[in-house]
Amino acid sequence: MRLEPKPAPSLAVTLSFPLAAIVTTLVLTSILVLVAGASPLSVFYLVAKGAAGSQFALMETLTRATPLIFTGLAIAVAFRARLWNIGAEAQLYMGGIVTVALGTGALPLPSFILIPVLMIAAMAAGALILLGPAVLKTRFGVDEVVTTLLLNFIVLLFVSMLLDGVLKDPMGLGWPQSQKVIAEAQLPRLIQGKRLHYGFVIAIAAAAVVWVITKKTLLGYEMRAVGHNAEGARFVGIPVNRVLMKTALLSGGLAALAGFSEVSGLKGNLTLDLSPGYGYTGIVVAMLAMLNPLGVVASAIFVAGIFVGADAMSRAAKVPSYIADVMVATSLLTMVVAILLTRFKIRWR
Amino acid sequence: MDALDILFSASFWVAAIRIASPLIFATMGELICERAGVLNLGIEGIMTAGAFAGWFTVYAGGDLWTGLVVAALVGALFGLLHATLTVPLGLSQHVVGIGVTLLATSLTYFTYRLLLPEVTSPPKIEPFQPWPVPGLSKIPVVGEALFTQTPLTYLAFLSVAVVAWTLYRTPVGLAVRAAGENPSAVEAQGISVTGIRMGAVVAGSALMALGGAFLTTSAFNSFFFQMINGRGWICIALVVFGSWRPGKALIGAILFAAFDAYQVRLQQISGGIVPYQVFLMMPYALSILALILVARRATYPKALMIPYQKGER
Repeated sequence: MRLEPKPAPSLAVTLSFPLAAIVTTLVLTSILVLVAGASPLSVFYLVAKGAAGSQFALMETLTRATPLIFTGLAIAVAFRARLWNIGAEAQLYMGGIVTVALGTGALPLPSFILIPVLMIAAMAAGALILLGPAVLKTRFGVDEVVTTLLLNFIVLLFVSMLLDGVLKDPMGLGWPQSQKVIAEAQLPRLIQGKRLHYGFVIAIAAAAVVWVITKKTLLGYEMRAVGHNAEGARFVGIPVNRVLMKTALLSGGLAALAGFSEVSGLKGNLTLDLSPGYGYTGIVVAMLAMLNPLGVVASAIFVAGIFVGADAMSRAAKVPSYIADVMVATSLLTMVVAILLTRFKIRWR
Repeated sequence: MDALDILFSASFWVAAIRIASPLIFATMGELICERAGVLNLGIEGIMTAGAFAGWFTVYAGGDLWTGLVVAALVGALFGLLHATLTVPLGLSQHVVGIGVTLLATSLTYFTYRLLLPEVTSPPKIEPFQPWPVPGLSKIPVVGEALFTQTPLTYLAFLSVAVVAWTLYRTPVGLAVRAAGENPSAVEAQGISVTGIRMGAVVAGSALMALGGAFLTTSAFNSFFFQMINGRGWICIALVVFGSWRPGKALIGAILFAAFDAYQVRLQQISGGIVPYQVFLMMPYALSILALILVARRATYPKALMIPYQKGER
């Protein structure tokens, strides 16, 4: 068996492959649904209905998509330069820590100043925590996959320590949670009385900014060159290490915004379950979008829809809601195969 | 008890060897994969699946050894998935590995909820009991630490010997090492690089699953969510720390486990002055430190993470 490069695929082909990957995923997960004793068609119908069947469902999906857009962008930016940032979870929590550290009254500022300050500070913290692995990679040749993964555990323990200590809410009845951020530090809701908040708007804006950076700037070009062939990039005079550092700063900062927006827009405070694995799910979101920043928005909404819809389905159809995680993981694997098939022809001989 | 006294107590070393056992299995598994040229980031999920498969087989009425066989088979299946995607198809080993971890973990949790829908506290099984080796277990400290363990721990040590012997003393081992260093030379000998690599990943994944199964059939007596808790990633660090050599990796695993056992005891005598989370962070921080110390002079298998295509130079 060998792989032969294909000519550049047309737009229609490029767009049809993610769909093919999703259809394959649905077929594969149907087996599990059948094993669980339910009918796949009714289960998928219930998932779709739970995700987008009403105004409430749709808003819930967009709310859930917001942190995924940020972590998906963070991963897309990093993976483009082949910086394997698997630590978006840690960067997200760093953003959350900074948001409550500064947003619970330490900075008595009006909202229009405080919110940008919190965003910048959160991004700085997230960037900083990814800078370590990036330096270790470029200076010492330590594979960043393991260091970023291990940092996820360290940062979560650090959060736990802070919530037992300096950030503990004295009125929290002993629960490990922080105080709520002050009213000025809260992102307003998009519609009064609903959960969807301005974090979603910021996420869309971030996707647009990242799209401009990757497609229209020198840095974006350099990132792509480094990701495509680091040796070649070095040969033509691209400062590879510096590009990787900038990529790390951007990626870490984006993931930290997920933590900021969850605290400031949705939860109000920091807890140990601020993220149910948004950092890891961001990897799937980014891959489904083929690392395209605007595609990240669509794939984040799709993935969020699966989770929101599966929760609703699980209550109705008695299929464990973990089916959502299985679908997301399977779509990651089918997607990488689909991307391969857009570029190569498999020839058996 | 004094912080130093701990190091001379037999119970401390017994615990250290017990903590090391799952790491030894999984580290050997990862080592085989990487020696053949494939980074297997599916390790965390494969350990989770192995832990569940071993436990559930016993819970459903199988005996403990059957549980281990089932766990190894489940691990091998996930290994086959990883190998198929990364070896002949040459897909990114990073992305596929994370995908396999996510898939194995979520499938395990799904299956758990499907089989035990109403359970709130995980049901218990009768785990492996210690098998003191007559005579040897009477040697103070060292004998107690090494020879009053469950059979799986002996098997873990045996796996190191088998892996080392196979890698360095058999033609198959030579082919595995060459597949990770210079695959075209393997192909020139008329041996299929694809076959060698896939076989290594499947066998390695079976060992990883045994590492997971150790937790549910020897260390604890039930399965709970998040039970692997980063042990897989630590094993990847241990492989680097051991410079891809089974013996060195074994020493690394024991040192690491000793440190882990030590921090638990230190936590007790520190009397709460230092937050307990600091102690829990130490194993992860230590893994990063080990990577930094070793990475400079580490000699990676030269073809690690580089897909091989037949006929390509």
